[in-house]
Amino acid sequence: MTDHNGHSLDEGGRGITEASGGIGTLTREDFVSDQEVRWCPGCGDYAILAAVQSIMPELGVPREKVVFVSGIGCSSRFPYYMNTYGVHGIHGRAPAIATGIASARPDLQVWVVTGDGDGLSIGGNHLIHALRRNVNLKILLFNNQIYGLTKGQYSPTSEQGKVTKSTPFGSVEQPFNPISLALGAEATFVARTIDVERKHLPKMLRRAAAHRGSAFIEIYQNCNIFNDGAFLALTSKEGRTQNRIYLEHNRPIRFDRDGSKGIRMTGAGHLELVDVSEVGEKELLVHDEHRYDAGLAFALSRLSAGPHGPTPLGVFRQVERPVYGDGMESQLRAAAADQGPGDLAKLLSSGDTWDVD
Amino acid sequence: MAAQAAPPAHIPAERKELPRVVVRFAGDSGDGMQLTGDRFTSVSAAFGNDLVTMPDFPAEIRAPAGSLAGVSAFQIHFSDHDILTPGDQPGVLVAMNPAALKANLGDVMRGGMLILNTDSFDKRNLEKAGFSSNPLDDGSLDSYQVYKIPMTSMTIDSVKGSGASKKEGERSKNMFALGVLSWMYSRPLEPTIEYLGKKFAKKESIAKANVAALKAGHAFGETAELSAFEVKPATLAPGRYRRITGNQALAYGLIAASVQSKLPLFLGSYPITPASDVLHELARYKNFGVRTLQAEDEIAAIGMALGAAFSGHLGITTTSGPGLDLKSETLGLAISLELPLIVIDIQRGGPSTGLPTKTEQSDLLHAMYGRHGEAPLPIVAPYSPASCFWAALESARIALKYMTPVILLSDGYIANGAEPWHIPSVDKLPDISVRFASQPNVGEDFWPYLRDGETLARPWAIPGTAGLEHRVGGLEKADGTGNISYDPDNHQLMTELRQAKIKVIEEDIDPLEFDGSDDARVLVVGWGGTYGTIGEVCRRLRARGRPVARAHLKHLNPMPKNTGEVLRRFEKVIVPELNMGQLSKLIRSEFLIETVSINCVRGLPFSSTELESELEELIP
Repeated sequence: MTDHNGHSLDEGGRGITEASGGIGTLTREDFVSDQEVRWCPGCGDYAILAAVQSIMPELGVPREKVVFVSGIGCSSRFPYYMNTYGVHGIHGRAPAIATGIASARPDLQVWVVTGDGDGLSIGGNHLIHALRRNVNLKILLFNNQIYGLTKGQYSPTSEQGKVTKSTPFGSVEQPFNPISLALGAEATFVARTIDVERKHLPKMLRRAAAHRGSAFIEIYQNCNIFNDGAFLALTSKEGRTQNRIYLEHNRPIRFDRDGSKGIRMTGAGHLELVDVSEVGEKELLVHDEHRYDAGLAFALSRLSAGPHGPTPLGVFRQVERPVYGDGMESQLRAAAADQGPGDLAKLLSSGDTWDVD
Repeated sequence: MAAQAAPPAHIPAERKELPRVVVRFAGDSGDGMQLTGDRFTSVSAAFGNDLVTMPDFPAEIRAPAGSLAGVSAFQIHFSDHDILTPGDQPGVLVAMNPAALKANLGDVMRGGMLILNTDSFDKRNLEKAGFSSNPLDDGSLDSYQVYKIPMTSMTIDSVKGSGASKKEGERSKNMFALGVLSWMYSRPLEPTIEYLGKKFAKKESIAKANVAALKAGHAFGETAELSAFEVKPATLAPGRYRRITGNQALAYGLIAASVQSKLPLFLGSYPITPASDVLHELARYKNFGVRTLQAEDEIAAIGMALGAAFSGHLGITTTSGPGLDLKSETLGLAISLELPLIVIDIQRGGPSTGLPTKTEQSDLLHAMYGRHGEAPLPIVAPYSPASCFWAALESARIALKYMTPVILLSDGYIANGAEPWHIPSVDKLPDISVRFASQPNVGEDFWPYLRDGETLARPWAIPGTAGLEHRVGGLEKADGTGNISYDPDNHQLMTELRQAKIKVIEEDIDPLEFDGSDDARVLVVGWGGTYGTIGEVCRRLRARGRPVARAHLKHLNPMPKNTGEVLRRFEKVIVPELNMGQLSKLIRSEFLIETVSINCVRGLPFSSTELESELEELIP
């Protein structure tokens, strides 16, 4: 079916659009643009770019149906490096621009690339409203806990006490917890991963791509120039073992060497870290990412205030809720069915009219 | 009372014929004066009068009842000939309470008619309005024809049996007032009865009460033998007409632009007075494929419209002054991306929150220059409620043809004002359809900034088009390829190209016309909503033998190509504006021509009497 202008209303707008002819032959290289990548050598952004480019051919979405939208910041250069459609917008506004694209054209797969300054500071309002509306967007928030492009000021995710150029005596501000924020904004898909996670990162990207609605991934991303080692608690050899808590659906939440530690819910509803050998496996919390009530996911997001001790990674929440663009489309369809397609002459002559001879 | 037989109902009393009448309905904001005025307008329009209206309501939704701040008014000027303004001085004032009388009496013509709801002239209301004695009997209204009508109590009597509660019944008193006026000016009741039936379809008792009050008011006028008048239909060009407000005409114009461009309409908007009605109106027309999105803020609203434009839709955002401030950065992005976008600013009194419900023309320089960097864009201004239809189509035509954001500058006066509209024939509307890029344009490559030689517009390739994948952004880009470029010469070139692209539009718009006697040595130049008043005043001056010409700019950037030539024909150029001289500044800087400014920022349109006397002094 088409609207009065001949535009197709039939595109399903699924997270993964059915492949058209020849899609299967695409490779990672097909998604690499001819532009020279200009991040600092050693930046975590390279790994994320590589991961995104590598999963794109698997998604079965034709290249011309993919749009990358960004704001301002180091991460926001991303669209230039993807050989798809792209908009490098202005600071903080990527979710708004992307909402326009995704609701005008449900047939497209729209990705938003943002950072902790772009997405949580200047653009915080657009981010929470995109999540609340459940616009069909894949939102990648590169969290490096610093302003990189402006050369090293504290960001809304920098820890209290952080000494930067703009906080020579240490930041006195409480940082945001991006996962808690996204859950509070009613996000239907919320996940966390790390730039150096060669398997987990692509896995999260695939999960986000498959989700219908707003998918939010916080990616811990190392800025080796202005905030090097911010995630060492999770990336050092020791930290990797001790502090990464992988959330897996329907599985008891265990971590550390051989899953020796776990998470238990106390009678008062708090989560606590326990030794599995002491409490027994039956006591452990079983992760349920599809639980509609976001309370437990929220509690998990509060386990660590920052990436310093044991920190959950993976999908915190994945639930189904009506998708923004779909609602809009179905209203258009219903109106066209009820009232017939728009007739301009009839509209202009509606209401009280009179003739002058 | 003297025994005088009332004339039988079917024989109309003798009616005095009048060429034109100005009526103002005034009451508390809860008294339904806007609705009353609106209904009177509707039947007058259907009757065939020419008319111009001006609503005037407080910014507060409900200021304290009976207070001066809470007075809401609606003025209608209707006539048997072509008129241009809502009239300066009402000849008739309907005042539902003392505050309404107090707030409006100063404007009423001496000797004019006052129709007063005596029930509301009690001690408390008189005090609230600041009367120290009761004007009904202290002689202060002796120079007017005063009709003292206990409208509230007569309404309550008339609605008995409707099933409505006393309170609901009492609220029908505005319909009683409408009934009285309908008798006086022989307006039919039927369209309003039909309207009330529809409006209160779910509350039959309220519909009945309103109809009863309307009829009772009419019967009262007839039996009390109030003066009766007749204003014959105006001679208008043949065709089909309807009444239209500026905001409604804008909405229709945007839908017409969508149909004529074959692009789906996408409106991103954040509620703001006096622009919200365009959002409300467009939100109704989903069967035209119209998408409306109420954004989280003004910045998101324009961002969404821009995203939709990138995707191949007719992207539009509507706002008023404070919202335009917030949209500035995204406008700069749209200029850099070279995407079509329509930004509609319904101007209101500023700065800051200013006067949300009052009119002003003070955003012209903001529209011209209110962005960082060299960021030119076209500006189109409607000049009357009905012309908003044209302005919307014209803005879309320019935006799509030249791949540029366009600002449409309306104002509160024309947005809320109404006039009869000669409904255009759909097949005569311009075809503004676009051709999206479908093929690579340099060998096998697609260059998003390879320009059309004539319009300098870049190609519009929308997502979904295989082989044309490209990136656009706010960083300076190389002409042609669109790749990021920091090259000094390229930035110079791009800046010049963006400027030339707007300048070239002057070849593609109507030349500036002026009218006036051949011996006119003075030109009055205006723009926007002052069109009617300036026209009326110049008409009067000419009738009195004063040689004056007038011209009205509908494109403010670029101005028509012959603007300088027209201005230079006259010895004196006078620019009346509802701001402190913004068009005047533009003319001076563009053409090095001396101008004389007449400025007024009272939140109201020019008073034609005042403008006339100011012009009189300036014409040699």
